[in-house]
Amino acid sequence: MDSIYLAKYGEIWVKGRNKYIFENKLIDNLRENIKGLGEFKIRKNLGQIIIEPLSLDENYEKILIERVKNTFGIIGVAKVYRTKDKNIENIKNIALMHTKEKTKDKKLSFKVEAKRADKSYSLTSPEIAREVGGYIYDNMDNLSVDVHSPEFVLRIEVRDEVYIYSNLVAGVGGMPVGTNGRALAMLSGGIDSPVAAWMIAKRGVEVDAIYFHSSPYTSERAKQKVIDLSKRISKYIGNMKLYVVPFTDLQLHMREKCKQEALTIIMRRIMFKISEAVAKREGAYAIITGESVGQVASQTMKSIYATDAALDMPVFRPLIGFDKDEIVRLAKKIDTYDTSILPYEDCCTIFVAKHPYTKPRLDRIIIEEVKMDKLEEMIQEAVEMIEVIEIKRSELQ
Amino acid sequence: MDRKKEIYLDNAATTKVSDRVMERIIDMCTVNYGNPSSMHNKGLEAENQIRNAANIITNVLLCSEEEIYFTSGGTEANNLAIMGVSEANKNVGRHIITTKIEHSSVQKTFKALEAEGFDVTYLDVDKKGYVDEKQLEDAIREDTTLVSIMYVNNEIGTKQNIEKLGNIIKNKNTKIYFHVDAIQAFGKFVINVDKEHIDLLSISGHKIHAPKGIGALYVRKGVKIIPIIHGGGQQKGLRSGTENAMGIVALGEATKEAYKNLKSNMENMMEFKTKLVEEIFNKIDDVVVNGAEFNKSVPHILSLRFKDIKGQALLHALSDIGIYISTGSACSTKKTDLSKTLIAIGLSPDEIYGTIRLSFGPDNYEDDISYIVDNIANLVEKIRKVVRGE
Repeated sequence: MDSIYLAKYGEIWVKGRNKYIFENKLIDNLRENIKGLGEFKIRKNLGQIIIEPLSLDENYEKILIERVKNTFGIIGVAKVYRTKDKNIENIKNIALMHTKEKTKDKKLSFKVEAKRADKSYSLTSPEIAREVGGYIYDNMDNLSVDVHSPEFVLRIEVRDEVYIYSNLVAGVGGMPVGTNGRALAMLSGGIDSPVAAWMIAKRGVEVDAIYFHSSPYTSERAKQKVIDLSKRISKYIGNMKLYVVPFTDLQLHMREKCKQEALTIIMRRIMFKISEAVAKREGAYAIITGESVGQVASQTMKSIYATDAALDMPVFRPLIGFDKDEIVRLAKKIDTYDTSILPYEDCCTIFVAKHPYTKPRLDRIIIEEVKMDKLEEMIQEAVEMIEVIEIKRSELQ
Repeated sequence: MDRKKEIYLDNAATTKVSDRVMERIIDMCTVNYGNPSSMHNKGLEAENQIRNAANIITNVLLCSEEEIYFTSGGTEANNLAIMGVSEANKNVGRHIITTKIEHSSVQKTFKALEAEGFDVTYLDVDKKGYVDEKQLEDAIREDTTLVSIMYVNNEIGTKQNIEKLGNIIKNKNTKIYFHVDAIQAFGKFVINVDKEHIDLLSISGHKIHAPKGIGALYVRKGVKIIPIIHGGGQQKGLRSGTENAMGIVALGEATKEAYKNLKSNMENMMEFKTKLVEEIFNKIDDVVVNGAEFNKSVPHILSLRFKDIKGQALLHALSDIGIYISTGSACSTKKTDLSKTLIAIGLSPDEIYGTIRLSFGPDNYEDDISYIVDNIANLVEKIRKVVRGE
């Protein structure tokens, strides 16, 4: 008997003839995700992925499950006891040991589910379930039987080998990253944008990030915070690039030429224009933002209309209909919240109007924007001066 | 590539460990590394080193060896003094006094005691940062057990007349304990705990060229105080935990160095500060020294406020060229982050945002003054253009 890990995937099932592309990408990502924890053989087996440890320190078991469950595409993962000895007595013994280990002394209802893939096996599925269930029930005091909504489900699969396991740890779901092209996420350092990036990556999209740095009006620590946030989401997304745009000169030019009240919208428009230029250069097909309707002045319907008109590329706003507390909950779930709320605030209050337009008219904004006579060349210059930071998926932590 | 010229003007935040102190640290880590509590000779050696260090401090403060307790730093020394004395004497009284310009390690400890039911008086200061003596006298009550006042303010460099304040307290009631946070004063001034009526005095290593992680509390013999950290009973039970032998020896050595040429060092630093201020006034408009007159505040701290400047922007811009300073407050939209000291001396939020602090050390040379001031002047002009929207 030994232990292996069983990872189940969801939506890939619906992909007809392309299924293998998705499966192979998922296996690649899993392999990349658990690198450093030991040596593994990873293979497909009848709609599941089997991760067979060739060497795995038992201290890393928890981390392994954590990393597998956080791989987009995975809907569940479990540690499985595997035996070649299909004798029902052997199965019963392992099943009992596993149940004891999992349920401790807790009072729980349980049932046994058996699946017989090897049709030559002498017992049928219901017979296996009955045999094993009866044995466990007789040998444990804390369990009661409930076949409809049990709290503990013991699963037995008889294949060319026998798998014995129980409740799956739920995975993050989604699609394997890298099966759906690339997008560029605008990260501000706040709570929303990393969540938005995560949500799009969950749909299989490779995500890079872009951040606008206004030294000396924003501190080096604000930049460091965005780097830290990128590292956090790279745990899910994989290796990514962070583009740091030198933005001070553009802000100064903007401030010099345009009406105060219009600055916020024009700044957003210029950020979009730069993001679009970078996205095109890097082969990305959409921009991602953390905007949610009505949250702040630049996120009213009219503001979004006026900023969206600045570019041709699709802008994904996965949080558009979310309330703040829903976003916060997600940020906590993906472990970006604590970093996002660190108080390295920007000093660009200088560049923010006290009373920005909340209902900007696009034509008026454009009248202001065209006053920036050096806009085009400055955007080009900013794009050329971008600093690229490679964010590597975090090593063991 | 040339190494960027660096000018460190943030010595009130922390200092560089001196070469001599570093030698002693290495010695304590590799030769005299015994546990001072061990019975064998290796332990005894370490204990002797610690006692030597304590003696150096003792000689400076003119107190006795058993009155020095080593802590993890200034914050712990302040916590121990205030918590330890207030709790130990709460049967005598529950009224304690401090000022509105204390370091947060004092201020937040008082707030914590206030939440526990202690009655706290927070004394005002005037525009220069001096404690209102009359108010102190009037604030003292029958049930007052502790007064805590900082020697030198870390943000504006105002130095209180501790002897006079001590006198006021003891004249009213000799039983009141007087705690002084001397973290910015120790190593810069001669402190005489007897003459100045000080019962407890906090000091910190990393402000005087020892490493971070070491501090000490002087506790006059007979002061009723209880520990805030419990354990193996080291340091006569007041501060359990294996002594940080390396840190203690470093603190001793740094103390020795600081007091060796104290007078001439401080005169030189004051000369540096004076020339710097003169040059700043020559080259920059609309700039004011916060707190006391610059020649009355301590030689190592200078607080300046510029009209139409965000201090934080100036800080980052200077940082980019290798000049390191600090600001009055992080610039943010939240008013709650404003410096309490700067509020207490009557500055408006805009004045606080426009404030920077320069603090000096032995590595600052007069030759650098033009370089420093030219850069500040240049950046102030640039940032002002932005802020004024010119």
